[in-house]
Amino acid sequence: FPGLADVSISQDIPVEGEITVPVGSHSPDEDYSTLDEPVKDTIMRDLKAVGKKFVHVMYPRKSSALLRDWDLWGPLVLCVSLALMLQGGSADSKDDGGPQFAEVFVIIWFGAVVITLNSKLLGGTISFFQSLCVLGYCVMPLTVAMLVCRLVLLAGAGTVSFIIRLIVVGAMFAWSTLASTAFLADSQPPNRKALVVYPIFLFYFVISWMILTFTPQ
Amino acid sequence: IACLVMYLFAEFDDAANLLAANPDATTISIDEPVEIPKNQHSHRQEPGREEDDELLGTDDSDKTELLAGQKKSAPFWTFEYYQTFFDVDTYQVLDRIKGSVFPVPGKNFVRLYIRSNPDLYGPFWICATLVFTIAVSGNLSNFFIHLGKPTYHYVPEFKKVSIAATTIYAYAWLVPLALWGFLMWRNTKVMNIVSYSFLEIVCVYGYSLFIYIPTAILWIIPQKVVRWVLVVFSLCLSGSVLVMTFWPAVRDDSRRIAVATVATILLLHALLAVGCLAYFFDAPELDIPAPIIPAHNGTTVITKSH
Repeated sequence: FPGLADVSISQDIPVEGEITVPVGSHSPDEDYSTLDEPVKDTIMRDLKAVGKKFVHVMYPRKSSALLRDWDLWGPLVLCVSLALMLQGGSADSKDDGGPQFAEVFVIIWFGAVVITLNSKLLGGTISFFQSLCVLGYCVMPLTVAMLVCRLVLLAGAGTVSFIIRLIVVGAMFAWSTLASTAFLADSQPPNRKALVVYPIFLFYFVISWMILTFTPQ
Repeated sequence: IACLVMYLFAEFDDAANLLAANPDATTISIDEPVEIPKNQHSHRQEPGREEDDELLGTDDSDKTELLAGQKKSAPFWTFEYYQTFFDVDTYQVLDRIKGSVFPVPGKNFVRLYIRSNPDLYGPFWICATLVFTIAVSGNLSNFFIHLGKPTYHYVPEFKKVSIAATTIYAYAWLVPLALWGFLMWRNTKVMNIVSYSFLEIVCVYGYSLFIYIPTAILWIIPQKVVRWVLVVFSLCLSGSVLVMTFWPAVRDDSRRIAVATVATILLLHALLAVGCLAYFFDAPELDIPAPIIPAHNGTTVITKSH
């Protein structure tokens, strides 16, 4: 190889370095296999994640925890408890009563899916399940309102109790809408924010109406 | 001025200011070629879609007319195809709602507001709002009418929501389908100058239902006269929007068919309004409203006799 005779490596510059091949990404959760840990650790980790999200809903700040690590446990628990609490309403005939369990369930989940589709169709950048997660978690104030309403109704069903229920449900409705808007509004194109927020408003309004019109047997 | 950012729920004032600042947006299509500046104006609003529109050659107003029904270039099984139906900004939706509530005599709603950009956002959410408004208002109205009677026990009547939803969504989708089919069939027999795509008809019907939302809220008032006045008033407003939209599409046809079509459109619209009033709102039995006596559990209340 005559051409290579001119090539010389200077002896002054040492060649050194490290050759390491990264073996996949090392996130703190994957440093060890979760298969061997005790069941209690697994459950507690998920419970802590769910609990942290509830706290985020109670004090809505712009946080990525709710969006990044979405889960649907919280929404499921809230939806089931809300639907259970809405049972036992009064009905003159089979057709006249309040919503049945399946109806509440369908309204909440189908409503959340429709709102998510709506925001994605309008050009939102949030992912499908992230949006479902936020909408589901923000039902929490309304579930609390339902609990309060049932307790108030135990004491009586007169005008005073109605006014108390109206105030509580109204406040929780505003809280839910504001919380979900705080999380979701940033991912929407600016000209269309109102178009995305209005269905959320309608969704929580319908749930609030169901809670307010609940009358016990 | 290309960048219009609206963060709040824009009131009509804002929308009006917007239109005043861009006078070509309100240019009436007395002669069709004026649509060119309007299309370019709408292009500036959506810079992201400019390339797509240029590729489709919709800068030309003639091509815009021809491609009105074929603007969507994505295949129908992709998500982008459906995104083209939601290509509206807040102020555009508000403009369209305003146009349906205040019909300008002589101006065509489709040509003026929709302009080859029919959206599904308006029809879908106006119908959803109308469903819940009717159910809630009906429930409230019945509550106030029967308040004070000892035999009355409040029930939420939740089943009525599903009935309202079925009725209104069926009206908003099946009637435009039938009308579109009918107009297409007539188009094969008689050459009409004006023809609408299916989505434009759905759009007109959806936005024309908006006036029923405040009407349903006002129907809570338990006076027969008030309710019927409201029915007639809202029917006039939304009916006129429909008539002014569809009259140009049928006027080239034979006189009888044109009149029959428009009459059927109005009849179905009236049937919807009257049917909702009759089914969801109990008739107020008293001509003079009885004094509202709050009913407490366990106490008997003596009511005024009719």
